[in-house]
Amino acid sequence: MPHQLLWLIFLLPLFSFIIISFVLRPFFNDKPQLGGYTTIAAIGGSFVISVFALFAVMANEGHALPVPDIEWVLIEGGLSIHLGLLVDSLTAVMLIVVTLVSLMVQIYSQGYMHGDPGYHRYFAFMSLFTASMLGLVLADNLVFMFVFWEGVGLCSYLLIGFWFHKPSAANAAKKAFIVTRLGDFGFLAGILALYFNTGTFDIAELHHLAITGAISGTILTWVAIGIFSGAVGKSAQFPLHVWLPDAMEGPTPVSALIHAATMVAAGVFLVARTFPLFAHSMEAMTTVAIIGGFTAIFAASIGLVMTDIKRVLAYSTISQLGYMMLGLGTGGVAIGIFHLFNHAFFKALLFLGAGSVNHATGTFDMRQMGGLRKVMPWTYATFVIASLSLAGVWPLAGFWSKDEILASSLESQPILFYLALITVFMTAFYMFRAIFMTFGGEYRGGAPEAHGHPHESPPVMVVPMVILAVLSVVSGFWNVGGQFDAFMGHGGGHGPGFFTVLTHPLPLLSLMVAILGIVLAYAVYSAKWLSAEKLRGMFGPLHTMLARKYWFDELYEDVFVRTSMLNGFFAGLQQFDTNVVDGTVNGVADGTIAGGRAVRQIQTGQLQLYGLFIGIGILAIILSVLFLG
Amino acid sequence: MHLGLILPELTLLVFAIAVILVDLVTQKKEVLVWVSLFGIVISAGFTLGMWGWGSYAIFNNQMAVDSFAIFFKLLFLGIAALVILASVDYTAKFANFRGEYHALVLLAALGMMLMAATTSLISIYIAIELTSISLYILVGLLKDAKSTEASLKYLLLGAVASAVMLYGMALVFGFTGEVGLGEIARVVQGMSLATLLASPAFMVGIVLMIAGFGFKMAAIPFHMWVPDVYEGAPTPITAYLSVASKAAGFALVLRVFYSAFGFPDWLSLNWGIIFAVLSAIGMTVGNVAAIPQTNIKRMLGYSSVAQAGYLLVGVATVGLSAAADVVGRSSVLFFLASYALTNMGAFIAIIAISDKLKSDQISDYSGMGKRAPLLALGLTLCLISLIGMPPAAGFMAKFYIFSGAVQHGLLWLVIIAVINSVISAYYYLRVVKVMWLGEPASAEKVPSSGALKLALALSCFGVLLLGILPGIVMRLAEIAAKMFGF
Repeated sequence: MPHQLLWLIFLLPLFSFIIISFVLRPFFNDKPQLGGYTTIAAIGGSFVISVFALFAVMANEGHALPVPDIEWVLIEGGLSIHLGLLVDSLTAVMLIVVTLVSLMVQIYSQGYMHGDPGYHRYFAFMSLFTASMLGLVLADNLVFMFVFWEGVGLCSYLLIGFWFHKPSAANAAKKAFIVTRLGDFGFLAGILALYFNTGTFDIAELHHLAITGAISGTILTWVAIGIFSGAVGKSAQFPLHVWLPDAMEGPTPVSALIHAATMVAAGVFLVARTFPLFAHSMEAMTTVAIIGGFTAIFAASIGLVMTDIKRVLAYSTISQLGYMMLGLGTGGVAIGIFHLFNHAFFKALLFLGAGSVNHATGTFDMRQMGGLRKVMPWTYATFVIASLSLAGVWPLAGFWSKDEILASSLESQPILFYLALITVFMTAFYMFRAIFMTFGGEYRGGAPEAHGHPHESPPVMVVPMVILAVLSVVSGFWNVGGQFDAFMGHGGGHGPGFFTVLTHPLPLLSLMVAILGIVLAYAVYSAKWLSAEKLRGMFGPLHTMLARKYWFDELYEDVFVRTSMLNGFFAGLQQFDTNVVDGTVNGVADGTIAGGRAVRQIQTGQLQLYGLFIGIGILAIILSVLFLG
Repeated sequence: MHLGLILPELTLLVFAIAVILVDLVTQKKEVLVWVSLFGIVISAGFTLGMWGWGSYAIFNNQMAVDSFAIFFKLLFLGIAALVILASVDYTAKFANFRGEYHALVLLAALGMMLMAATTSLISIYIAIELTSISLYILVGLLKDAKSTEASLKYLLLGAVASAVMLYGMALVFGFTGEVGLGEIARVVQGMSLATLLASPAFMVGIVLMIAGFGFKMAAIPFHMWVPDVYEGAPTPITAYLSVASKAAGFALVLRVFYSAFGFPDWLSLNWGIIFAVLSAIGMTVGNVAAIPQTNIKRMLGYSSVAQAGYLLVGVATVGLSAAADVVGRSSVLFFLASYALTNMGAFIAIIAISDKLKSDQISDYSGMGKRAPLLALGLTLCLISLIGMPPAAGFMAKFYIFSGAVQHGLLWLVIIAVINSVISAYYYLRVVKVMWLGEPASAEKVPSSGALKLALALSCFGVLLLGILPGIVMRLAEIAAKMFGF
């Protein structure tokens, strides 16, 4: 396959966006299904090329493919910016994740979004998001990566606020945009600091400079921290995690694609992409590991008490992203990215399952569900598979990657290892709590305005879920015997075998902890050996603290936004703006307008005068040349 | 003979004659549009075919066929095609002269193509006259009071400019004894600096030639005709004047000053400074004078004076860097391509809107965002490009031309240019504001024909392409900037 074709991976969804926005939406508004088909065809094409790209990189032993680049801006002797693609093992894996999950979500959306008046708009944004995400993954320099980084942020904003007539959705969109922007500021500062110290934006060159030690010391640490702060915003890590739970206001397939599998993982990808910068700074690595490890347990603890199924999944996502960061900070690219790879499939599946449940009951509140196991067998089965995978039960996908993170953290950060182990327990508990509340027991009537009996979703929604369920089982097998690690250039392909893994103490321990969590959830929410109400009474203050999410929303909104910013800083700025800035601008404007009137006086329309001016002009030039020149 | 190398020009001539002949025999005047467009396409095909063949001097060194000329020929043909598309409806205003109109548009294009290729003072003069005479007639074609007045003013001032230029050419010929640009350069380089300094006549000759070219470029102080003529002329011809005629002037200036007066450094520095000063005054006067305008065609007239000022920043860079660097010339070429698409787009939208409103007043554009959203969107994009904001072509063009100037010590001029860009935002954005935020005078939609929409879409596509992926055209401009003999 000629390598130019790799450009299509990114261009196909972009074309799909253009076609839907400028052809289908204005002229074929009565045929909404066309928008969905266009998106699926484009992303399907991207997926096929991505598979070829993966094999090509494998054949190239994980090294980057030579892809011809485009001269974007070229000024001889001055600025020259090239648009190029970096397709190595990391990119190839990400391409598969993004195109495959996106494809499944688009198919699912055909059913979920059916009849929505914004159908074309939905698929246009989805196409644009997929294009931006693929551009972000493929970019070979930090400038374009940043452009697409902002692009996915914009699409996230547009899609969270897709139902913009709901104030909660509009507010959530705004919150997501502003909070991530805080992190982006650090990212941009990091990029600029890098450029001023190295003179390049090229990722491969930066790798080389970091590995040879050309950039090092304090500068490297600060650059790495700057880049990491971008990742903290995008991947909803503590303390910028507050936007992701609110982002659940968007359509559920959007949550599955953007806020579970791909965009939120972009932060993890960013750290992996610039990993040599981190690897050569102890401080940066430790920061990544600590933030990741703390976020993992912090978010999981909130997930224990949420009653909205999407919020459970949202906190679970934050927690798992923390896991990936922990993997990156203690182990390396291969370990963090392998968890990203597995997580994308089962977490997307969990969200699609939540959407399917919502499709049937009209609510996301688990207290109004229950008993859906019999009426929604496919949703139930796939949801359980994904949950087992997430909990880390052998031999499902989550087991393999979680185990590696635990092993690497035990090696370098034992304290974080214990936090991670507790998180394993919490994860298993809150997932099975959700399963028993949603699918077990008796049906509790759904949404107050619900219509009739719940029923299984149509095949167009179920089939993608089944495919993702298969992937949630098998995707972890890639690293049996260390194959994935070897592909990513990490280790020589040695790892525990499919069965022999259970003879090692650590995997066995984590498996036991996960099963303990499941059993406890069963005891409380299914068998009712322990009463949930009594437990809540026992841990009253703790429960309140978790249910209020450690009061972070209140802290940010009241203390930072209202008191410090609105009444302090912004009020001062406004004074400055009215008095100084406006005053200057108005003065300049008045002067210019007066000048314009004066010039107008000369333009009388009289030909003789015009001729005279030409004559005077020539004379003036000649005189000045002869006497000054 | 080198007839093969002037096939594009011959084709255009043949089709110009064919248009007149067809006009005699047919009642369906739409055919004339097709014949003209067909001629342009064939001519463009021949021109394109010559790209990359190398450079040739033909007709006893009167003309050059090089990448520089080809770049401009393609530009002129493209503009002529857009002008013809944009006037499909407009020509109803002079139904009896449709044949002449199309033939003259083609002949003017032919003249401009020659202007870009000529390499001797004599052929330069002939090419300018061929262009000018066609345009004088086209400006007066509406035959109403304003149009006639505009045509007469243009003719008389044009004659003055021609006379001044001829005088300058005569002085240069008298000093060097040559008319070919290459030969002039050889003679000048053979002289000592002392001889040059002791010969004011030569410098005066050069200044007088600047005056002649300055008239075409609408550079200050030879710009006085611009607002009056722009306002009175048929709008497609205003567009033609503001874009193609100006570009032809710049093509001439680049070739003449670079080929004939590019050495020694003392000389090029001198005219570089002249152009720098003209540029600074030109953009300031153009922008300031545009602010109080209420007629959109007049406003764009002053805007075109200001844009000529920006372009002269690039010409001044050529003077200050001489042969050292290609960036001055290539940035002017890129700016011209971007400006051509942008200004054509703006005028096409104005043709479509004003023709229906029967008014050129900016206040009548109120609420156009509701009455004609696509036209308003296209016009907005073009105005944004004229300000020089991304993602439109104008941003890249200004960035390119200014960064070249900064590299060659013209920081002061770039500062003036940037301040001017800010001032210009005021009057460009005022139109945008009126269109989108103003209340529509009536709820009635403003329809437009398919040809106009196509022309506008092509322009806007070009504006976006050059703004988002400028690398392709920058590369072409850099190749084209390497002229015959260098």
